[in-house]
Amino acid sequence: MASTKAIKISKKHLLGIQDLNISDVKFILSEAKQFIQLNRSKNKKTDILRGKTQINLFFEPSTRTQSSFELAGKRLGADVMSMNIVNSAIKKGETLIDTAMTLNAMHPDIIVIRHQDSGACNLLSQKVNCAVINAGDGRREHPTQALLDALTILDRKKKIEGLKIAICGDILHSRVARSNIYLLNMLGANLNIVAPTNLMPKDISKLGVNVFSNMKDGLKECDIVMMLRLQNERMTSSFISSNREYYEYYGLTPDKLEYAKKDALIMHPGPMNRGIEIDTKLADDINKSVIKEQVELGVAVRMACLKIFCE
Amino acid sequence: MKKKYFLNANIVDPFNSIEEIGGLIIGENGKIEAAGKKVNNNNIPSREKYTDLKGKYIFPGIVDMRVFVGEPGYEYKENFRTLSKAALSGGVTSVVTMPNTNPVIDNVSIVDFLKRRGRDKSKINIYPTASLTKNTEGKNMTEFGLLQNKGIIGFTDGTKTIQNTRLMSRIMKSAYDLDSLIMQHAEDFELAKDGVVNDGIISTKLGLQGISDLAEKIIIERDLTLLEDYNCRYHISQISSSKSVEVIKQRKQKVDFSCGVSINNLSLNENDVGDFRTFLKLSPPLRTEDDRLALIKAINNDLINVIVSDHKPEDEESKRLTFYQSGTGATGVETLLPLALELFHNESIKLSKIIASMTCNPAKILKINKGNLNIGNDADFCIVDLYKPWILKKENLQSKSKNTSIDDKKLQGLITNTFVKGEELFKI
Repeated sequence: MASTKAIKISKKHLLGIQDLNISDVKFILSEAKQFIQLNRSKNKKTDILRGKTQINLFFEPSTRTQSSFELAGKRLGADVMSMNIVNSAIKKGETLIDTAMTLNAMHPDIIVIRHQDSGACNLLSQKVNCAVINAGDGRREHPTQALLDALTILDRKKKIEGLKIAICGDILHSRVARSNIYLLNMLGANLNIVAPTNLMPKDISKLGVNVFSNMKDGLKECDIVMMLRLQNERMTSSFISSNREYYEYYGLTPDKLEYAKKDALIMHPGPMNRGIEIDTKLADDINKSVIKEQVELGVAVRMACLKIFCE
Repeated sequence: MKKKYFLNANIVDPFNSIEEIGGLIIGENGKIEAAGKKVNNNNIPSREKYTDLKGKYIFPGIVDMRVFVGEPGYEYKENFRTLSKAALSGGVTSVVTMPNTNPVIDNVSIVDFLKRRGRDKSKINIYPTASLTKNTEGKNMTEFGLLQNKGIIGFTDGTKTIQNTRLMSRIMKSAYDLDSLIMQHAEDFELAKDGVVNDGIISTKLGLQGISDLAEKIIIERDLTLLEDYNCRYHISQISSSKSVEVIKQRKQKVDFSCGVSINNLSLNENDVGDFRTFLKLSPPLRTEDDRLALIKAINNDLINVIVSDHKPEDEESKRLTFYQSGTGATGVETLLPLALELFHNESIKLSKIIASMTCNPAKILKINKGNLNIGNDADFCIVDLYKPWILKKENLQSKSKNTSIDDKKLQGLITNTFVKGEELFKI
């Protein structure tokens, strides 16, 4: 196993899509595909990671990512420990580096970290001996989310190259947007970024995307419409006037979806603010929305990542 | 003290427009007796020993206008003794200290303490500033007159900016009456809020909150507008962007003011932040390469008068955190001159201009008789092996804190000796 890994993945840690090359990405996605069927079968347990220890270190609240990583580890047979930050020494003022050293002394094989600060996973990776998987750091990257989004698109559209994909909403605060921009660009998609200028990061066009501040132009002829959550918890001052005005101009509604292609798919990383960035009926429309599938494939992608990065 | 003779040095004294091979004679009282090409073998009594400085340079002692010292309150970061050692090893003989201590330097009684500590523990010239407002809260002015009488050289809130325009206008009016020097750190607090790096492609990629260059420009424009009516001694502590340079260029004809820049902003750019290097979390932030080049041009055009180290010691612990959580600033007093010499070696700025911006220019703004080799003046100077290459290692730094922005950097130009009042206080 170790020798195949050395050939097939160029990095020790999964900190961001920025660090990966295209063969890394293709390798992860092909591994993930194999786990989709396993997850749909009756017996979901394997022993690929038996004897390995996985620590989930979530400094931010998370439902789907944390449970997805936990399930992924368990289905691979690893011993999974999810740290409860509320009851941990971090609340007593321990720094991230000291926490890392403490956990490192317990010889984990892989640490999955989510942190509110951009770059926290990079800092952690410098201090521990095991592999680190980034489950979201601040507004920088969320690589497994982008990978599962790519897998979902591949599953439905059979390709990514040449597709026109719109990523809409709170781009400024979104690590999902950044990881998806790197990944979908790498895989040959044509990307439209749609957001009110207040929620658009500076100079984002330098990442090779088309920038729009209205949905009509941004969604035109798109194959995929990816909506992002309005991250109210990260907003320290007034970015938008109100949720209802935001919904009026940037919420995905059936009439705005008309601008996109007829067979366009709707994606959302969750959790959704229904009636703010997306019409509630649209979110549940099984003919158009692949939101549930994203969650399902998320487990497969995380199994692939754990397998590949866990020595 | 014995008389000292130095011969055959390249003497650079921009105040006297001297850039020539010559000598230096220091009297028994530690004052300069003669300097320049007139000093040669013939001036020296045959029995006296002299130092031959062939190939080496003599500069006036460097005057660093922006230095943070940890006393009182943050002695674990830097105290007067360690600051003095660090400065001397960098050819710096005079420093202007910032008032952001704990407690803040904002009243007369603490100035006495400061002066006593500075005198007893350090061997360099310490010029303390006091805060513009009580406890740097930006609300009530400090006693400029009384503080000045105690020896305060200027007023600044250091890392903070006066946000309230009415208060700023009143500060200027008082400063006009009392002939006080006002030094402003230009940053609109609300616009820069939570920012940690330059606002641009790097902040977008790293997912960090950016600081717009407009935050600096707006305060400069505001202050220079006020200055048109309330013409006091006004100095912009540091600028970082080409936009600020443009404003300064436009306003220079109208009003009289001076402006500084950190050596960090002249030598590094935002790309150096790399993979979240917390030692490069600075205020003002490192900006784009275009900004850096505009700052260099502004020095050449005399729009920027002063280069400072912005020496801000931070202990290891406050830098071993995530980028958001980590402390801001880098040490620099002992690397100011060597790093500035890089700008000479890469032909960005002429040598005399670099030296002027760290000697006579700050001295003129501060109204002190330093930063020159005038006859009769204190013999504060340094000797530099200008072409000697060396590598900076943070463990070799004299400062108590090792948070340098240029660890492992290859430098050219080594300070070999530093003298204060004729006494050799540093020798490599």
